[in-house]
Amino acid sequence: MKTIADLEAIRQKTLERVAYRKEGDSDIRVVVGMATCGIAAGARPVMLAFLDEIKKRNLNNVTVSQTGCIGMCRLEPMVDVIVPGKEKVTYVKLNADMVPRIVTEHIVNGNPVMEYTIGAAEDK
Amino acid sequence: MDFYRAQVLVCGGTGCTSSGSGEIIERFEEQIVKNGLDKEVKIVRTGCFGLCAAGPVVIVYPEGTFYSRVRAEDVDEIVSEHLIKGRIVQHLVYKDKNHEEEHNMALENIEFYKKQKRIALRNCGVIDPENIDEYIAFDGYQALSKVLTEMKPEDVIKTVLDSGLRGRGGAGFPTGMKWKFAAASKADQKYMVCNADEGDPGAFMDRSVLEGDPHAVIEAMTIGGYAIGASEGYVYVRAEYPIAVKRLEIAIGQAREYGLLGKNILGSGFDFDVFVRLGAGAFVCGEETALMASIEGQRGEPRPKPPFPAIKGLFEAPTNINNVETFANIPQIILKGADWFKSIGTEKSSGTKVFALGGKINNTGLVEIPMGTTLREIIFDIGGGIPNGKKFKAVQTGGPSGGCIPTEHLDIPIEYDTLTQIGSMMGSGGMIVMDEDNCMVDIARFFLDFTVDESCGKCTPCRIGTRRMLEILERIVKGQGKEGDIEKLEALAKNIKATALCGLGQTAPNPVLSTLKYFRGEYEAHIKEKRCPAHHCQALLNYTITDKCRGCTACVKVCPVTAISGVVKEKHVIDATKCIKCGSCVEKCRFGAIEKR
Repeated sequence: MKTIADLEAIRQKTLERVAYRKEGDSDIRVVVGMATCGIAAGARPVMLAFLDEIKKRNLNNVTVSQTGCIGMCRLEPMVDVIVPGKEKVTYVKLNADMVPRIVTEHIVNGNPVMEYTIGAAEDK
Repeated sequence: MDFYRAQVLVCGGTGCTSSGSGEIIERFEEQIVKNGLDKEVKIVRTGCFGLCAAGPVVIVYPEGTFYSRVRAEDVDEIVSEHLIKGRIVQHLVYKDKNHEEEHNMALENIEFYKKQKRIALRNCGVIDPENIDEYIAFDGYQALSKVLTEMKPEDVIKTVLDSGLRGRGGAGFPTGMKWKFAAASKADQKYMVCNADEGDPGAFMDRSVLEGDPHAVIEAMTIGGYAIGASEGYVYVRAEYPIAVKRLEIAIGQAREYGLLGKNILGSGFDFDVFVRLGAGAFVCGEETALMASIEGQRGEPRPKPPFPAIKGLFEAPTNINNVETFANIPQIILKGADWFKSIGTEKSSGTKVFALGGKINNTGLVEIPMGTTLREIIFDIGGGIPNGKKFKAVQTGGPSGGCIPTEHLDIPIEYDTLTQIGSMMGSGGMIVMDEDNCMVDIARFFLDFTVDESCGKCTPCRIGTRRMLEILERIVKGQGKEGDIEKLEALAKNIKATALCGLGQTAPNPVLSTLKYFRGEYEAHIKEKRCPAHHCQALLNYTITDKCRGCTACVKVCPVTAISGVVKEKHVIDATKCIKCGSCVEKCRFGAIEKR
């Protein structure tokens, strides 16, 4: 027999899976560029790394989605991290090893990883 | 639990299942495994989304992209484009009639959903109905927890009473009052019954709720059981709803497994269990006394009231009966409060109502709107208007018990009382739209034909009276109507309404009375001029060939009774004595030269 606490536990656990079907969620969005150029440059391992990291940390306010080519193919794999109410941050030339830092510093703690951003890449 | 980056929701309601959504799900599962996406993309079979006309419906989250009329062969493209590359497959995205240019429509931006407010249907098309955990994630069984830990039975009844919730089966009796009466009856054993014997032609609200959100009904019945002091509940559902029955049974099994049904629910000491009883589909069994007789194993016939079920119902014990949609509102009312519910809708009819849109309308499907919405908004904004540029003529609400509402009343707000005032009724929520090609006399005949078939025969007014009315109507549509037929119909209708035993007979004359009220001219044209103004009644039609005829002989070849004759390149003629009025020649003629009159 389940108790009310058990129900709450089931609710929390399942919520992670169904969260973005709920109305009015102000989620953090991770958008991975996955056109042919992105995929060729290795966007899939990057996306999988995001999924992995999000799962590990039990973040249920993050959605990961894909988008097409935005024209700067030389900078792929590119990822936008959009925190509601904040300016969009675009990361470029990512690989899977760079992802945990973005998740920890930016998504969890709110501090964008400046050296991976498009601004830093363009200055070089 | 795995984190899925994308979820593909496929409608598994009866409408989409019959247009092939099962095959689509299989194909998706096959394809995501093939592309190695099975750890990141989840396929979910949901209940009805409502827009059945656009079925089979597929929604892809997190974007919320709404794909319509998806075929199994389209699945590969959605997987390779959308799921792998994140590119939306534009040509499969649902397009609004008025916004053809806008693509990438998310569900909530579509005209069909914009004016809707979903309470009873809130989980339909959103959760997997066969998974209790998903229901719980969407606040399921929280209302029950709240009731069992924080509320006394009288508090529950007061909340329902204050919310102003009225019976969604059609009659609109305040639900809180019903519960109060049943709670006041003293007995060792009481019952909570759910009426899922949805019988109106064209109505499928209850089926969709049971298919899409069965746990909501179970939770509400348990709450009701606690409120009135019942320990057992029955869902009486028709056997013609196999998907609904299956999902309900799965849901009951899961609730029992979780201890949400059975003994000592959530450790509160309250016992309650729900059982399913299948009906054979007799319309009269939707009447509560007949329904209870049928559950008991007796012949499904009504009995006089009083005693009302709250005093003496199922197995002679005090019983409360509510409709599926009524129950589906309960958990939300408990969680969000009576004031929240009262703030939606109108003063006398609070909350929302689900309607099944059918007939001559573009967006056939299921809609839930706040009370007070006008018929015009439902038919033209949500329903997308009448197909093929035809003119709206009337809308039929309330099924065989309701009536037809003409153009001049399109702007009245929908409420129990306003609909009754104009000679129709809320009914369970079937809404059949008719255009200029529908003959109103024939519509009345159709509904009466239905009630004559479905009359149980127990009382004379219904058994014989409705048959006499049907005979008169059949005579009229065949062009054999006589002077005085209208008056006879009116007298019969009045007597049947006053004397029939149950709701079926008492409301059976309504379709005739309302069409007589608003379309008396059509009856008179049939009787006096032997003419059907809508060109519908076959017996009153005459086909003639006009001067537009070029003598191509196409009609001659298609006529099954060789009633058309003429010389090539000259005007042809139809022999009215031979013509069987099948209409084949009209369809074949490329010059629009054949007229129906």
